[in-house]
Amino acid sequence: MSLLFALSRHPVLRRVLEALLTLVGVSVLTFVLLRVLPGDQITANYGIEAGALSPEQLDDLRAYYGLDQPLVGQYVNWLGGVLSGNLGISSTSRQSVLDMTASALPTTLELAVLSILIGLALGVPGGLLAASRPGATRDSGSQLASLMALSLPTFLVATVVSTWLANTFGWNPNGEEFATLAEDPGLNLQQMLLPALVLGISIASPVFQTARASVLTIRDEDYIRTARAKGVPSRRLQWRHVLRNALIPIVTIGGLQFGFLLGGTLVIEQIFSIPGIGRQVLLGLNQKEYAVVQSTVLVIAVMFVLVNLATDLLYRVVDPKVRAE
Amino acid sequence: MQKSRPRALPVRSLVVGAALVTSLAATGCSGGSKASGGQADGPLVFGISADPTQTIPWLSTSTQSIQVLGQIYSTMLNTDANLQPAAGLADLPKVSDDGLTYTFTLKKDLKFGNGSALDSQDVKYTFETIMDPATKATSASYFASVKSVEAPDPQTVVVTLKAPDASFVSALSNVNTSIVPSDVPVESLTTKPVGSGPYLFESRTPNQSITLKANPGYYQGKPGLSGVQFRVIADEKAMVSALRSGAVDMAVFDNSVTAKTATAANVQVSTVDQLNFHVLQLRADAPALKDVNVRLAISCAIDRKQVLDTAALGAGKVTGPITSPAFRSDPDSRPCPTRDVAKAREHLAKAGKPGGLTINMITSQGLYSTAVNEAQNIQAQLKEVGIDVKVETLDSNAYVQRWLAGDFDTAIALNGGSTDPNTMYARYFTSTGSFNKVAGYRSASLDKLFAEGKATTDPNQRKAVYAKVSQELEDNAAWVWTYTGNLYVAANSAVKGFEPRTNGDLSTLWKATMSAS
Repeated sequence: MSLLFALSRHPVLRRVLEALLTLVGVSVLTFVLLRVLPGDQITANYGIEAGALSPEQLDDLRAYYGLDQPLVGQYVNWLGGVLSGNLGISSTSRQSVLDMTASALPTTLELAVLSILIGLALGVPGGLLAASRPGATRDSGSQLASLMALSLPTFLVATVVSTWLANTFGWNPNGEEFATLAEDPGLNLQQMLLPALVLGISIASPVFQTARASVLTIRDEDYIRTARAKGVPSRRLQWRHVLRNALIPIVTIGGLQFGFLLGGTLVIEQIFSIPGIGRQVLLGLNQKEYAVVQSTVLVIAVMFVLVNLATDLLYRVVDPKVRAE
Repeated sequence: MQKSRPRALPVRSLVVGAALVTSLAATGCSGGSKASGGQADGPLVFGISADPTQTIPWLSTSTQSIQVLGQIYSTMLNTDANLQPAAGLADLPKVSDDGLTYTFTLKKDLKFGNGSALDSQDVKYTFETIMDPATKATSASYFASVKSVEAPDPQTVVVTLKAPDASFVSALSNVNTSIVPSDVPVESLTTKPVGSGPYLFESRTPNQSITLKANPGYYQGKPGLSGVQFRVIADEKAMVSALRSGAVDMAVFDNSVTAKTATAANVQVSTVDQLNFHVLQLRADAPALKDVNVRLAISCAIDRKQVLDTAALGAGKVTGPITSPAFRSDPDSRPCPTRDVAKAREHLAKAGKPGGLTINMITSQGLYSTAVNEAQNIQAQLKEVGIDVKVETLDSNAYVQRWLAGDFDTAIALNGGSTDPNTMYARYFTSTGSFNKVAGYRSASLDKLFAEGKATTDPNQRKAVYAKVSQELEDNAAWVWTYTGNLYVAANSAVKGFEPRTNGDLSTLWKATMSAS
C-alpha cells in the first residue's frame, strides 16, 4: 500500500496509473453499454428472419458468437485477447480487428493532422488579429465569422459544399474509391481536402476564441508593460512575449480537439466515404460486432490518452514554470 | 504616455496558409473524377449504401448482399420480365401428375468461375445444405416441402416433395437459393465467393468496395461489361453527387425526392414497382385488438392514399394484401374501401369502446426512410376517431427484437413480397407458420385455404383460392395494408442494355454495356 502511495506521488508514474485506470474504465463502460443495447449479432445478421430459426438453431448461433457465456467471461476473454495482441475477428468480413484498425487508423490520423493544421492556421492568426484591435471592425467581423462557424452544423456544411461542387463543376473525388497517401497522393489529398477544410473550420472557432481571449489577458500583464517600456521591438514583443505566453491555453484546446479528431469524426467520414476509425465503430455497431466496437473504442481511448500525455509534455516546452515544477 | 497598440502579426503567415489551401484545391480541380460514363464497356461502378453483411447465398438477407451475390452466383431458374419462372441453369421442370416429383435438366457445359464443372451434384449439395438445420439458412423455408433431392446423372436433378407445393418453383429464382460448388469449403466462400454468375469475384476492401470481373464462360452469354465494382457510399446525398459527377454509374434509391435530385443530363432515372408492401400490422392476439370490431375501426379510420401521399409523396400505389402480379389483390375489396370515420366509430361502439382506446405502435427510423412518417400520419388519422396511439420510434435492432417477440399492439412494417402468395403469407397466417405469433391472426379457414393453394398448380384455381385468402384478411382486418412504393434505378446515360425490373432486380445487368462519351 505504501509502495502504491509512493508510486502515485511520482508525476510520471501517476500519469501512467491514471491512464491505465481510464482505459479499463472505458473498456468496461463500452462493454456494458453494448450489452445493454437491444439486439445482438444474430438479429443484426438475420433481421426478422431470425424468427424462422428454431430454439436449437438460436442456441447454436449464440454459442458460435460467444453470447452464451457469462458476461464476465466474455469480458475477460476479450481483454485477455487484447493484452496478447488479438483484438478479435470481424465475423462479417473475417478480417482481424487489428488489420482493420491498422488500415483505418492512418486515414483518421491523416485527416486529424490536416484538420488541426487548418484549424490552427485559421484560428490562431485570426485570434491574434482580432485581439490586436479589440472592439474594432476586424475584431467584430472575425468574432461573427467564428460564431457562424461554431453554429453551423458540420454535416450541413459538408453536404452543401460537396453537393454544390459536384453539381456545378463535376468535381467529386470522394465518389471515387478511396486512395491512401501511399497509393495515390494526388487523389488522396483531393479526397481529404473538403473533409479537412470542414473540420478545420469547425475547430478554428474555439481556437480563435481561446487565442483572442488569451492574448487580451496577456497583453495587460505587468511584464508586457515592462518589456514595452524597456523598448523591446513590437514584433519581438508579439512573438516572444505575448504569443509565447498565450500559447498555453491554445495548446490545451488544440490538444483536446486533436484528441476528438482521433476518435474519428463519424459524420464527416460517412458523408465523404472516408474509411477511418469512426466509420469502423459505426459499422461495428450496426452489425453488432462486439469485438470490433470494443477493440476500436479502446484504441481510440489509448490515442486520446497519448495525446493528453503529449500535450502535457508540450507544456514543459512552452511554459518554463511547468519545467521548473 | 500614450499606450502604443501592439502591431498585428504579419499577415504573411496567413498568405502562406491560404496559398497551401489554394494549391490543394488547384490539384483537385485538375482531375479526380470522371466527367461521364467511364471507359467503353466498363467496369461499371454500382453504388450501394452499405457493405454486404452476408457473402454466402443462403444466408443473404440484406439488399446489398442480394445485389452483389446475384452477379456472382446463378440460380436454377430465372424470371422473365413479368416475373414468371423461366429457364436458368436448368430448364423449367417436368412435374409429375401427382405434383410430387420435379425433374430438372441442367444446361450442358456449365462451369463455375474456378473452372470446375457445375453439375447435378452441386445442385444436390446446395439444396441439402440449405435444408440442413445446422446451416441455419434463411432460404430453408422454401424447401420445407422437400423430401429428397437426387442427382441420377450429371445433368438431371430430381426433387421429391412430401406433399404438392405449387409455390416451390417460384423460390428457385431467388438469390438465396443460388448454386454453390460442392468441392469448395463453405468457410472459404465467405472470403472468396466462387459462383457461375456473369461476374466473378476479384477482390474486396471491406466497407469500401467489392470488385468483380466478367465471366467469359457465363452460360447466358458474354457479359457486356469488363467488370462491375460495387462501391459503398453510405450517405444518400453523396451517392447522388457521385452519380452526377460520373464517379458512380448506377444506384438504386427508394426515395422519390432523392431520385429527383439525381436526375441530370447524364443520369437517367427509371421508376419500377416493388413487391414489398407497407403495412400497419395489427396483432389480434394483443388484448386491445382481440375484438375484430376494434381492428375494423382502425381499418375504416385510415385513408391509405393519405398515408402514401404524406409518407412517400404519392410515389407508389395503394395495395391490398397480395402484391404478386399474377394474384394481385383489389385494394378496394375491403369493408371500408374509402375512409369512413362514422363506420369506424360504429365499430368502436360495437366493441364497447365508444370513447376510443389507447394502443401502442412500434416503428423504426433505421429500417427504411418512410417508417416514422407513416406512423405519424396514421397516429393523426386514428386520433380523429378517438384511438390514441403511442408511437415508439425504436433503433432498428430494438425494433427487430420487439417485432420478433410480438411485443407490440401495432407495428409499422415494410414486408417482403414475392411472386407467389404462399411464399408471402403462409408463414404469417397459418397456425403453424414461423411468424404466426408476430402476425397474431389465424383461423381454420385460412389454414384450409393455404393448403388448397399449395396443392394445385392450376393457375385459375390458385387465383380463386388466394382471392379468398385476401378477402378474409381484409374482412377481419388482420392487418391494414397501405401501399407499395416505387424504386428508382438511376444510371449514367452511357449505360445501355440494362432492363429495369420490379424490385430493382439486377438480373439483366449482365446485358449492360457502357459507351465512352
